[in-house]
Amino acid sequence: MTFSDADLAAIWLTLKLATTVTALLLVLGTPIAWWLARTRSRWKGPVGAVVALPLVLPPTVLGFYLLLVMGPNGWVGQLTQALGLGLLPFTFWGLVVASVFYSLPFVVQPIHNAIEALGERPLETAATLRAGPWDRFFTVVLPMARPGFITAAILGFAHTVGEFGVVLMIGGNIPGETRVVSVQIYDHVEALAYGQAHGLSALMVAFSFLVLLGLYGFQRNARFGMTFGGRP
Amino acid sequence: MSTSLEPAELIQARFQLRFSAQTSTGFALDLDTEFPGRGVTAIFGQSGSGKTTLLRCVAGLERATDGRLVVKGEVWQDEQGFRPTHKRPLGYVFQESSLFPHLTAQGNLDYAIKRSGYPHDEDLYQRVLSIMGIEPVLERYPSQLSGGERQRVAIARALLIRPRLLLMDEPLASLDAARKQEILPYLEKLHASFDLPILYVSHSVDEVARLADQVLVLDEGRLIDQGPVSEVLSHLDRSLGMGEDAGVVLQGRVTERDNRWHLARVAFDRGELWIGDGGDPVGQPLRLRILARDISLAHSPHADTSVLNQLPVEVEDIADDHNPAMAWVRLKAGSERLIARVTRRSVAHLALAPGQRIWAYIKSVAIVR
Repeated sequence: MTFSDADLAAIWLTLKLATTVTALLLVLGTPIAWWLARTRSRWKGPVGAVVALPLVLPPTVLGFYLLLVMGPNGWVGQLTQALGLGLLPFTFWGLVVASVFYSLPFVVQPIHNAIEALGERPLETAATLRAGPWDRFFTVVLPMARPGFITAAILGFAHTVGEFGVVLMIGGNIPGETRVVSVQIYDHVEALAYGQAHGLSALMVAFSFLVLLGLYGFQRNARFGMTFGGRP
Repeated sequence: MSTSLEPAELIQARFQLRFSAQTSTGFALDLDTEFPGRGVTAIFGQSGSGKTTLLRCVAGLERATDGRLVVKGEVWQDEQGFRPTHKRPLGYVFQESSLFPHLTAQGNLDYAIKRSGYPHDEDLYQRVLSIMGIEPVLERYPSQLSGGERQRVAIARALLIRPRLLLMDEPLASLDAARKQEILPYLEKLHASFDLPILYVSHSVDEVARLADQVLVLDEGRLIDQGPVSEVLSHLDRSLGMGEDAGVVLQGRVTERDNRWHLARVAFDRGELWIGDGGDPVGQPLRLRILARDISLAHSPHADTSVLNQLPVEVEDIADDHNPAMAWVRLKAGSERLIARVTRRSVAHLALAPGQRIWAYIKSVAIVR
């Protein structure tokens, strides 16, 4: 089984998209998860629900509204145009923005749970050892909640690789720009090129299986490590 | 008790902290006091009395709405400002193990050394390790340590941050009796080896009698008694319904050792007691504890009794216990105080009254330090 250049381009684009989105999500998702885990604000419920919306909404709904907001008449669209960035829909970066929203809950929730499980005590202890807020985050929260961060990164990456509906709504089907593997497979099927569709699909199955296998193996080890490491 | 001390030697604390529940009108903590910033100050009280809350306020882990804290002339909190915990030169030992599980014992100690603000002091480091007896376990993770070892590493860590004030929140509470006995000697050494003021929260009279120099007694968030340990413990009978645990501490000195009967004579103010010879040399200062239930009273001394110690005392006052059968009798032996817990029938039978001179039979004396 060999992949055509177009297939390879789609694979490369998918990996680039998933990597970019995962990196952005870890940076954006961590403060959101931190806030959700520790706030006593009455906004905790509503914000948590908004973050979780992509879990239940059809991707087409999310894509539709993002298309409106980022389009020529949407406020984000007008902002990006005013900044000289042009319009985001049907570009790689438009796809990145949409994917960030779409995969947000998969990254926020594991980090949220991990931080919540830490409790106050390790942070208080670190404070009595003269560790300031950033010091506490990097020397206590990050290492102790590391399994949560790794799970979040794996889920965010895998979920972005697997998306289709949002890509179609926001990205369309531009080779090398927005044509990711899932769209490429759709194209092959439309063209009745089942052999090629089969090659890419098998690749996706293998990839997803390996990711999940790795994740479950890691989580079992992490749990073991947790007991082994003892609770604070 | 501390009016003669300069402010630079005092810890002055005023805290008012409401319960977090808005329906409650009471205070979790409401006190205004000052006490000497040296030696061991025990914060004593029953659970829910606000002891831990007071300690957390001192550490800055809890923020009193109205608070002022001056530690040896340094303002940690007042109307103008609140110094966050990580900027206060303190060490804190929590009730249960607070070691970082992702670091070895050594890693936990290094965490403190790195942030102490002083260059590494090998001498101090070795001294802390040997006093806490933790050299053999440094490479282990907290999960591989026993409860007692964990607490000793935690105490070592709190010392290596080079605190100017050490806060300890019932450091023995999570341990069983055997482990407590294992750690208490380390705490005593701590007291003797480092010139460091310690605030020690405890609900155990035993620990207070053994470790404290002065005591703050809390009840429902308020300060109800304060003073040197021997004085405060002689008040505790009624104020806290101590029952079986009530008793006093006496500060004495070994004056003679009787090799034939393996006894030692301990002199205090204007009296003396024979105790089992614990191997302490003549001249050794000792802290003794006499429980109220171990004292019986009589009008005259007896020669034909097994009770070794009979002291002439003066009745100071008499009070009823919560238990309708029992009464407390406070006694004066020189400048020292004793308390006896006897039945009300005996009080009536002996016709005890303040000012009366009687004899106290002391059935048992414990050396606490």
